[in-house]
Amino acid sequence: MKSQRALLIDTTLCIGCNACQDACKAQNHLPVGEEKKLTATAYTALEEHDGVFVRRMCQHCVTPTCASVCPVGAFTKTPEGPVLYDESKCIGCRYCIQACPFQVPKYEWSNNYPRIQKCRFCAERLAQGLPTACAEACPTGATTFGDRDDLIREAHKRIAAEPGKYIDKIYGVQEVGGTSILYLSSVPFEQLGFTTKLENMVMPMYTWNALSKIPSVVSVGGVFLYGIWWITNRRTEVQRLERSLENLDKKNTNHNDN
Amino acid sequence: MKRKLQSLTFWKIVAGIIIASGLYATYIRFTQGLGASTHLSDQFPWGLWIGFDILCGVGLAAGGFTLAAIVHIFNIKRFEPILRPTILTAFLGYVLVIVALLFDLGRPLQIWHAIIMWNPHSVMFEVAWCVMLYTTVLALEFSPVVLEKFNLTRPLKIIKRMTAPLIILGVLLSTLHQSSLGSLYLIVPEKLYALWYTPYLPVFFYVSAISVGCAMVIMESFLSSKAFKKGLEMNLLTEIGRIIVVMLAVLLTMKLMDLSNREAFPLLLLPRWETYMYWLEIGVGIIAPLVLLSIPKVRQNSTGLFAGALLVIIGFVVNRLNISITGMEAWAKVSYFPSWMEIAITLMIVTTGFVVFSLAARYLPVFKHGADPKAARPHGFEEELLYLSQSRHVEVV
Ligand code: SF4
Repeated sequence: MKSQRALLIDTTLCIGCNACQDACKAQNHLPVGEEKKLTATAYTALEEHDGVFVRRMCQHCVTPTCASVCPVGAFTKTPEGPVLYDESKCIGCRYCIQACPFQVPKYEWSNNYPRIQKCRFCAERLAQGLPTACAEACPTGATTFGDRDDLIREAHKRIAAEPGKYIDKIYGVQEVGGTSILYLSSVPFEQLGFTTKLENMVMPMYTWNALSKIPSVVSVGGVFLYGIWWITNRRTEVQRLERSLENLDKKNTNHNDN
Repeated sequence: MKRKLQSLTFWKIVAGIIIASGLYATYIRFTQGLGASTHLSDQFPWGLWIGFDILCGVGLAAGGFTLAAIVHIFNIKRFEPILRPTILTAFLGYVLVIVALLFDLGRPLQIWHAIIMWNPHSVMFEVAWCVMLYTTVLALEFSPVVLEKFNLTRPLKIIKRMTAPLIILGVLLSTLHQSSLGSLYLIVPEKLYALWYTPYLPVFFYVSAISVGCAMVIMESFLSSKAFKKGLEMNLLTEIGRIIVVMLAVLLTMKLMDLSNREAFPLLLLPRWETYMYWLEIGVGIIAPLVLLSIPKVRQNSTGLFAGALLVIIGFVVNRLNISITGMEAWAKVSYFPSWMEIAITLMIVTTGFVVFSLAARYLPVFKHGADPKAARPHGFEEELLYLSQSRHVEVV
């Protein structure tokens, strides 16, 4: 089986030229103009942390939280890697915005028929065998496109070659059970605004732990409640029977008296 | 009498203002979208409507399944006189929750998608189905009242025969979605403040729903006894007060155990906004009513019982708002306060609930088991509003 497509973002190579965002906006027909954070009109954005530029975008998780929380299944993880949103299904509950551990999905708040907006990993280009628009536009190789396994190997190679330059961590290999966007850095990731608590936290499992108990709750609960009903109502039946027997007795005695 | 009338017009005006501003906000909401009508944002996508209208709305309607279980499953028939009005409020409550959802959803016209587009991994999906099914069950549970009114004996017989399975189904569905509203937040372990985030959220939601459901039964009995000039089943309500004591004690113990298991006790002393709100919720909503209602004198006294129930309800609302709003603010790095339109629409929905309840209670045999059927008939809509206004005064005292 072919591995999923991924991006390797080497923050040490990024010069902050914004070519990725420009290319992204052109590719997705979004209004032009530089934006400094993710919005409904910017699927990727450069953040600067003490002189280091960090590209933000959808992480295209291996087990996506958005796909697990959406009540109507508007998100799907495609085998090639992209996590895609289907606006025709969406009911607009915004649980995906609430749940995403990377704060990626953005909403068209001023639209009266709003959509979720986020990076689509250039799914159409991938289908044609092309790299993402951002990877193609990047002049320094800070964003490279490839197969996830290959890119992880490449990242390890870079760390091994220059251990003084990189910290020994690839962000995205373990985070939330793995993402399709991998990061290298020269400073600890928390200094770049990354959430570092997410290691091995496969988010959908948190809710699935509760949801998977439903069949037991329903079956055991149902039998239990029916049992209680059966016991308590049996008591009433017995009482009713006793009463009618008593009445019968009384009638009989009356009859005998006569 | 004159004061009565003044008070009446005052509350009429208030209701009028609420409805008018609510309608205006509704117009803005549906013509210009959520951005123009709410203070929601990408940082804070769920606000008052989810926190109050949905989370509190569903919880406050929990009296329906609790009392139905007591009467029909545990077969404690002496509670039957207050069952019908409770089922009615629960049904109205759920309908209003769905109405509120239509305001909150970005694409309300596609709400039905949840019926055909399944995602069993989603808590939201499960809640949607349970709410849908349970609202139907409540409608069926309440249907005898309507059928009686129109003397439709045949369907009445069928429904009566279905009572036990229907009630069991209702209890199961309630158990599932009352707890699942808590499960909604299991997915945000790194976002929800640690005083509230726990794997036991669904259990806490369930137990607190039962206690607040009981408190609502007491509250409703008080309100309707005044509105419809009927006696109060004090002995019954005192017993429900006892149930509340037990449920609150269970809830408090579980919360303490949970804090200790998670080694979260130090959080209780941090000088933070969250800490104060947590203490408010625990103090007002659990400890105070627990102490009050444990005292027989208080429990048997109508004012005492009413006060106890009111505290439970306030504490419950604070708890749900803490989880949905207070506990999410620090992480989101924004402070959220609802827009006036969010508030106006919420108030409008609540007001509608009161009005529809009094209309239904007036025209349908809701208080069938009341001591005197004639007395159970209200003296007019005006009186009902008046009574509502008076109850407000009681609350202030
Ligand atoms: S807002 Fe739309 S895409 Fe997001 S969870 Fe809700 S229905 Fe799914």
